[in-house]
Amino acid sequence: MPSYDLRVNGSVRQVDSSDADKPLLYVLRGLGLMATKFGCGLGQCGACTVLADGAAVQSCQMTIADAQGKAITTLEGLGSASKPHPVQAAFIEHQVPQCGYCTSGMIMSAAALLSQKQKPSEDEIRSALEVNLCRCGSHIRVVNAVMAASGQRG
Amino acid sequence: MNAPAEKIRFSRRMVVKGGALIVGFALTGRQTSVSAQGVAGASRRLDAREVDAFLAVNEDGSVTVYCGKVDLGQGLRIAIPQIAAEELGIGIERIRYIEGDTALTPNQGRTSGSTGIQRGGMQIRQAAATARKALVDLAAQRLNLKPEDLIATDGEVRPKAGGAGIGFASLLGDRQFNLKLDPNAPLKDPAGYTIVGKSLPRPDVAAKCLGTATYVHDFALPGMQHARVIRPPAIGATLVSVDEDSVKRLPGVKVVRINSFLAVVADDEWTAVRAARDLRAQWSEASVLPAQDKLVETLRTDPGITDQTIVTKGTPVSPQPQNIKTVAASYFWPMQSHASLGPSCAVADVRADEATVWTASQGTHDNRATFARFLGLPEDKVRLIYLEGSGCYGMNGHEDAAADAAILSQAVGRPVRVQWSRADEHGWDPKGPPQLLDIAGAVDADGRILDWRTEMWIPQTTKGLLNIPLLGPQAAGLDNIVGLNPGLISQNGDPPYAADHIQVVVHWLKEAPLRPAPLRSPGKPANCFAVESFTDELAAAAGIDPLEFRLRGLKNPRGIELVKRVATMMKWQTRPSPGADAKAAVARGRGMSYVHYKHSETFVAMGMEVAVERASGSIKVERVCCAHDCGQIINPDGVRAQIEGGILQTISRVLLEEVKFDRSHVLSVDWSSYPILRFSGVPKLEIDLVDRPNQPPFGAGEASCTAVGAALANAVYDATGVRLRTVPFTPERVRAALNSKAS
Repeated sequence: MPSYDLRVNGSVRQVDSSDADKPLLYVLRGLGLMATKFGCGLGQCGACTVLADGAAVQSCQMTIADAQGKAITTLEGLGSASKPHPVQAAFIEHQVPQCGYCTSGMIMSAAALLSQKQKPSEDEIRSALEVNLCRCGSHIRVVNAVMAASGQRG
Repeated sequence: MNAPAEKIRFSRRMVVKGGALIVGFALTGRQTSVSAQGVAGASRRLDAREVDAFLAVNEDGSVTVYCGKVDLGQGLRIAIPQIAAEELGIGIERIRYIEGDTALTPNQGRTSGSTGIQRGGMQIRQAAATARKALVDLAAQRLNLKPEDLIATDGEVRPKAGGAGIGFASLLGDRQFNLKLDPNAPLKDPAGYTIVGKSLPRPDVAAKCLGTATYVHDFALPGMQHARVIRPPAIGATLVSVDEDSVKRLPGVKVVRINSFLAVVADDEWTAVRAARDLRAQWSEASVLPAQDKLVETLRTDPGITDQTIVTKGTPVSPQPQNIKTVAASYFWPMQSHASLGPSCAVADVRADEATVWTASQGTHDNRATFARFLGLPEDKVRLIYLEGSGCYGMNGHEDAAADAAILSQAVGRPVRVQWSRADEHGWDPKGPPQLLDIAGAVDADGRILDWRTEMWIPQTTKGLLNIPLLGPQAAGLDNIVGLNPGLISQNGDPPYAADHIQVVVHWLKEAPLRPAPLRSPGKPANCFAVESFTDELAAAAGIDPLEFRLRGLKNPRGIELVKRVATMMKWQTRPSPGADAKAAVARGRGMSYVHYKHSETFVAMGMEVAVERASGSIKVERVCCAHDCGQIINPDGVRAQIEGGILQTISRVLLEEVKFDRSHVLSVDWSSYPILRFSGVPKLEIDLVDRPNQPPFGAGEASCTAVGAALANAVYDATGVRLRTVPFTPERVRAALNSKAS
């Protein structure tokens, strides 16, 4: 069975797959990295967003073959309880999630944005997160948290 | 490749003992594990009349609260411990919390209808008050003091005059309370509250932001297999044949067929996905759905209608005075999906003599008998354990997925995880039913409502039906419940304003086009949309400012206060609608609505500012102001989160959402055919909370939803002079309405 070397959250993981088209989403979840969520499998909702070489990608749309060679970061690798990423810390501070199923993807998209632009405007935040759906209606807190994470508002 | 990771995850988070497992939450924000004994959990008392069913004092002096209601993201996991800690007299950090496990928590009814706090929380408050009284009495004996000279605080009972106290654990020893909930046990005076009323953080939030939360989607058991269920291409179709060879090339795939229940089971999830995609099956033809473009006529002329007058107040004014205006209008709210962000998922482990199901169901207890029946097991051998899922707002597909998993685990003899696809969720989740309302009324020039008659066409809930028929057992030909359960959808069909005569007639329908289920504030978003739009229509007919019109008819002081607060927030200019902007390319307007939820619970007044682009017909909600009174507030930030979510979700429902179908199946099966609100559509939102510590607490998850539709429609009318009476207010519909007005 073909084997793939993936760089996930800073370590190299060897993964066997008979299917080169296996979506990265299922590879990650198979590795026990459950923060990345299945929402649609169609690239329409953003629940499965991870970072690939620092850019936000929907992991249901990236194959294991395409993921090889890229540095993949999931929510688990972004920060930890003792050292959360500023976006994670702000999401906690602002009590953003309700059900929280979209939260992982939201945080990853926001982290990608802030790595590109240190102090985005509210409109830029909305625009960057437009692909990320939330059904519980946490949007306002998301924007407030990203503003806070970028040092623009408490 | 899957197994090692799942095993690590499993051992890190959970403990198994006797084949059963519990996930608990410590209020430090960390998930902890608690072991349980066997499926039946025989050691726990579960009678909701008893204190011990809700509360246990642990050896270390901490207290475990057992709650039958579950946290779906709405914040019960902090609000209920706040109530319990406050009433017992112990720090919130010493509360442990277990929810929604049929073996461990008492049956407090389904987590629905905004009853988490107002019923579930109040039972637990009474249990805690009873327990506190008992602990104080025990301390009085030990200290040889009068109970009234003692106080329970910080987890111990101590003399008010000072001196050493005795901890709860020491007072109780290894005994239980052995007490019935005492309705007369004195409750604390809210003036002295130190925990209730505070915006304490929700304990699950950090885990959700750090990626350590375990959703039912993430839960795994040793030896667990992954399954996908293949639903028929047409509702009501039966399975004719299956070509198992079509998935032969995929390793380890099992095809399970039980009558018309068809599924594939594999060792890993992606293989199951591929097998479900590749499996060839032949189904019978079926076309049981009405034509969507004839749906209103279909409802109106349904041959199975039974009529019921549910409200009659006052008498018609006779003879009708001169110079009155009469108004009549029809409103329609379409079928809508829960549209949960994550498709439903569940894990089941069904053995020969017992079953355990991990589910995001809002009603683990309610479903126990149902599951026992189709599995052919005694009820006390079936255990349902709540694990958080993707948000649901009523009954979505969670219970169906759980039934699928249980059927499949029984069939393959191993634990099975079933994950629905996006198309499964949008296509097969039970829907909020269509609602048609006609309202006719009469008003005089002073704004006095002389007559108000509402008629509604809605499906009737089958008497005594706690749940809904589940897809899996139905397809498999197993024992299943039969009937409809759209929830209490006939409420708030009458206005909250004074009128000489009010009548509400329901035309009950025996059937619904798609399987109905309660969807957030069941029925009331539609009823309040109609009632509060019609109120505006009467105000316009009388030539009176809509806010002033409401104040003239409103008698409830709490309601009056909220309407006035919204007037202040909006800097409301008193004038009739429509405003002067009607001909502008982008017309701006403001509208409002007022709701007293179920005429007995939470009060909401809402103002909205919208911009309508005439050329495209697109509506942008620019600002929402919500004044909200749910009585005593347990956790203000939790209430705010619920209001924010309720408003944004309902703006989505009103502007965008309608389930599309042809004669055989649902067509809107993804996020492009069933769009929901995105960030670009989110307005500014201001919330004014009125806290009434001495009033009973009511729910906050539903009431704000009900005020949205009319506030939005009324603002569009104010902006354009065009009245929108059919949801959703899509650009095509708005354009058509604007054009017909122009012509």
